[in-house]
Amino acid sequence: MKKVNQAIPKIDAKALVTGKPVYTDDLAPKDCLIVKVLRSPHAHALIKNIDYSRAMKVPGMTAVFTYEDCPKERFTMAGQTYPEASPYDRLILDQRVRFVGDAVAIVAGETKEAVDRAMKMIKVEYEVLTPLLDFRKAKDNDILVHPEENWRSLCDVGADNKRNLCASGKDEGGDVDQVLSECRYVVDQTYHTQANQQTMMETFRTYCYMDVYGRLNVVSSTQVTFHARRILSNALGIPKSKIRVIKPRIGGGFGAKQTVVSEVYPAFVTWKTGRPSKIVFTREESQTASSPRHEMEVHVRVGADESGRIRAIDVYTLSNTGAFGEHGPTTVGLSGHKSIPLYGKTDAFRFRYDVVYTNVMSSGAYRGYGATQGIFAVESAVNELAEQMHMDPVRLRELNMVREGQVMPAYYGETAQSCALDRCMQRAKELIGWDEKYPSRDMGNGKVRGVGVAMAMQGSGISNVDTASVAMKVNDDGFYSLMVGASDMGTGCDTILAQMAADCMDCEMEDIIVSGVDTDSSPYDTGSYASSTTYVTGMAVVKTCEKLKEKICLKGAEYLGCSREDVEFDGKRVWSPKDGKEISLKEIGNRVMCANEEALMASEAHYSPTSPPPFMVGMAEVEVDLETGKVTPVNYAAVVDCGTVINPSLARVQTEGGLVQGIGMALYEDIVYSDKGQNFSNSFMQYKIPTRMDTGEIRVEFESSYEPTGPFGAKSIGEIVINTPSPALAAAVANATGVHIRELPITAEKVYMGMKHSS
Amino acid sequence: MEVQFELNGKTVRTEVEAGALLLDVLRELGCYSVKCGCETTNCGLCTVWVDGTPRLSCSILAAAIQGKAVTTLEGLQEEAARFGAYLAAEGAEQCGYCSPGFIMNVLAMERELCASGHCPDREEIREYLAGNLCRCTGYAGQMRAVEKYLRERRG
Repeated sequence: MKKVNQAIPKIDAKALVTGKPVYTDDLAPKDCLIVKVLRSPHAHALIKNIDYSRAMKVPGMTAVFTYEDCPKERFTMAGQTYPEASPYDRLILDQRVRFVGDAVAIVAGETKEAVDRAMKMIKVEYEVLTPLLDFRKAKDNDILVHPEENWRSLCDVGADNKRNLCASGKDEGGDVDQVLSECRYVVDQTYHTQANQQTMMETFRTYCYMDVYGRLNVVSSTQVTFHARRILSNALGIPKSKIRVIKPRIGGGFGAKQTVVSEVYPAFVTWKTGRPSKIVFTREESQTASSPRHEMEVHVRVGADESGRIRAIDVYTLSNTGAFGEHGPTTVGLSGHKSIPLYGKTDAFRFRYDVVYTNVMSSGAYRGYGATQGIFAVESAVNELAEQMHMDPVRLRELNMVREGQVMPAYYGETAQSCALDRCMQRAKELIGWDEKYPSRDMGNGKVRGVGVAMAMQGSGISNVDTASVAMKVNDDGFYSLMVGASDMGTGCDTILAQMAADCMDCEMEDIIVSGVDTDSSPYDTGSYASSTTYVTGMAVVKTCEKLKEKICLKGAEYLGCSREDVEFDGKRVWSPKDGKEISLKEIGNRVMCANEEALMASEAHYSPTSPPPFMVGMAEVEVDLETGKVTPVNYAAVVDCGTVINPSLARVQTEGGLVQGIGMALYEDIVYSDKGQNFSNSFMQYKIPTRMDTGEIRVEFESSYEPTGPFGAKSIGEIVINTPSPALAAAVANATGVHIRELPITAEKVYMGMKHSS
Repeated sequence: MEVQFELNGKTVRTEVEAGALLLDVLRELGCYSVKCGCETTNCGLCTVWVDGTPRLSCSILAAAIQGKAVTTLEGLQEEAARFGAYLAAEGAEQCGYCSPGFIMNVLAMERELCASGHCPDREEIREYLAGNLCRCTGYAGQMRAVEKYLRERRG
């Protein structure tokens, strides 16, 4: 039976559901040093002096490290392919602290209690500086977040630290101003999305030890195992050959762990002391000193003619990267490149952006990676355009959506070779009952229900960059070892890659063992991000299996004493249809272990010159209490085109999970700072992610296209699923109340004030 | 101070600091299924049973456990695997980090609500499990798994 497109349980499921010790902190040596980070109470300051002499007298204390002990070469913590687009603007510890929570000292001791006590005894003198907290005023402000001379940008991304610019740029086609001036209908609005926390249930954590060869071994909860090795090499100033990084099971990532948030601290301690050490971020640290979504303000102008053709889209994005530039130059690009191309009939587009430094926590990668922010803005603007035209927003989209075979000028000129967006729209309409429910229904009890729609796209890997290699070998008795460098973070990539391999090799799932990522032994993979694993690593699996099958055939023919052309491999045996001679894979596997000079092993790499977008449609139904403005999500219908669905249950759960994260972003989640830059959203008490009471009913279906460049016709699924809830929910609220919320989250206060203002 | 309690059916006697949390003591005793997700009693990951009742082990002092019976997923391996198979069939364990606390609460719910032949409806299930956060799945797959499990368990 074929394995692709089957709802096969994850191969690690049993260990997970029975609570086996498979995560980083479960595996850490019991005698390792406890590492903690002393953090800045100021949003912007220079350290004048640190006195830790009393702290070191606490029994059980081992070491305190300050900026004076750390290397002076700057690096980035962003897990990206070298040369990284993110600027080299970090030190392990810096004399200048740039946000409340920035690292001031690394403290290591025998027990948590000793370290906690010692932390309170460290005296730090600061020269407190005026912080730069308003990202709208950051560009060319007198306050510089990174005035240092050794700040470096490796790529041409329009960065300039003397202007607080982490990146800036422009992409355009046609004369957008001219076309907009010809449009009968134009929406000109600004939308604002907040920073959001990924809040994976397992916070950031890492442990380290020195091995028998004097090398630094790092076991970490990371999505970017290989990038982590390079980043640690840059940070510590030691050769990459001295570092090994291992990824165990991961308790969720969603992009958070595409930044090396926790690794440098225990790595530095172990390298300096020779002792094993570990750091486990508290939830408070994970909320206040981590890698959340970039806050963005997106100005959209979109114009249509009398017939309803959308002729021009103009997007300007201002992105807040915070204190450091991790993922700043790259996330912003998606806000235009993955929103504008949803519309296939434009005469002109323009996309401009600035990414600025401020004195709040550094941003990072969060599922959707800028597309989420841009799609909220563009899809909200298109919904407002439909309202202005007195046209059903579904109809407006049906007239304008990108179709299969179309070239997408705002998506690097790529062609949509697989696109079922039209079928997604049709099916979503049926699922939610759009024609009966649009725009709203008065429930007769002071409550009104409204519906809203949004479309989305994402990519499948980073074109011409993401590289995946896979190795596979035949063992004795003929079972396979599949070695991948992609980092399964709970999403099930170890399972779906084995499903693909099983179909290629015509074998059972049990015939394949999959090894987790270890930079010493795994083939290179850029890592699990940018929706790349199914599409890019999947193709590497397909190519590797083809090569391995060929080698099996050659070996079988040799043992049978016939030529390669005469034999076939059917998964169990190599046989010759001509004369019926055969040799089993089991026998081949055993025989190659004696007097053999050709390893039965194959390894192939893959990259893609294109990044085929998955597409989807989301439709939300909300109930709004007219007395209070409270918004309750009632129904959500989502239909996804991710090409061939490799594993229907895993893809469904990815979709449902992404939708609920998107609902959280739309309705509840917000990182709030005081006017001094203190983060109020420092726990799950303040930062409310959806519980199972807060989601409404969610229905997910797939409308598959076939992507010719993908493995088995597959595209990506991981990120796109978070993109529709914000614009669809905002539209549903607008259809229920007439109030357009353009700044997330959509709180009762904002809706209530909007209703009050309009009445 | 020393505390003595029953852990998964066996008597244990262990030395604890006055301020030690049950969560940390259980992990030190090798019960690694017990996870910490938030430190503020919001997430449910550290759920264990104390005398058969689901409790958050991050909000109980180890000293207060003297003479009580504590159950963790390590003590319910068969039941965990049985319900876990339903969860895995839906793909709804995903990263698995919240699974132990969630399963502890599902099994407690089964004992509490299904005792007299009653089958809880969706609202009852949601309410009982509301304190168990999960960031991966969006909860819908968990609901499918719970409903199928309860239905099939009851024939």
